[in-house]
Amino acid sequence: MMRKNDLILAAAVILAACAIFAFQYFSRRGGEQYVEITVDGEPYGTFSLNEDRTVRINETNRLVISGGSAVMEWADCPDQICVDHRPVSSGGESIICLPNKVVVSVVSSKESSLDGIAQ
Amino acid sequence: MKNRAAYFGVFTALALILSYVETLIPIRFGAPGIKLGLANLIIVIVLYKTDWKETLVLSVSRILLAGFIFGSMFSILYSLAGGILSLIVMTVLMRSGRFSVTGVSMAGGVSHNIGQLVTAMFAVSTYQVGYYLPVLLIAGLITGALIGLTADAVLGRIRDLDFRQGSHK
Repeated sequence: MMRKNDLILAAAVILAACAIFAFQYFSRRGGEQYVEITVDGEPYGTFSLNEDRTVRINETNRLVISGGSAVMEWADCPDQICVDHRPVSSGGESIICLPNKVVVSVVSSKESSLDGIAQ
Repeated sequence: MKNRAAYFGVFTALALILSYVETLIPIRFGAPGIKLGLANLIIVIVLYKTDWKETLVLSVSRILLAGFIFGSMFSILYSLAGGILSLIVMTVLMRSGRFSVTGVSMAGGVSHNIGQLVTAMFAVSTYQVGYYLPVLLIAGLITGALIGLTADAVLGRIRDLDFRQGSHK
């Protein structure tokens, strides 16, 4: 036997769950992305992908951020692999310049720091 | 057998058995922490047949015993948080008189999962587990409804039994 109030309660919970899910879905998609630059393992700097700018990395590399993606515009190394690398824009992608030990990786501001769950 | 201690023992045993039966169900639902919560059937019935104090003691004993036998330190913590929060919510809704057993149990299932999730947030000190919230809300609603419908059916059949007989009142 269920009463009207029970159904209202159930509907409210379902509505709340949908609202929270929608909020999470959109905030994750629209979440700000950053590029994290390290040189020889040492952090060099973190820059937002939403702001267009050119980052000079130790006179050896030049990274250009525009339109939400980052691309290595110039490098003084001989192989130019990083310069030929396609632009990176979403979490987990990276451009690596081995000769100069420069690593540019895209991280989401809401990157999960969860590495295990106790059951 | 008309005294509280004997009834309490029977209820504890029933709740423990249901906890055990639950470990035998091999179904694993998508997210961790989603369980049917069979033992809560006894909790709901006892809440309706006695009072919240009796139910609280039963719930805590059940969680501690089941945790030591089938679970871990973590599962005890999570269950305690969920069990106590859901008992508070169910007591308030039951007293309001505006909900049926099913509605009260649904609210209990949902708040049980909320309590567990909040504990999990503190345990791993991150808000990331909040991503589970929508799933856990719906899961709590469904399991709560199933438990509630069953409790309703049982309560209808044991209407004439009075577990409060022989109490100190």
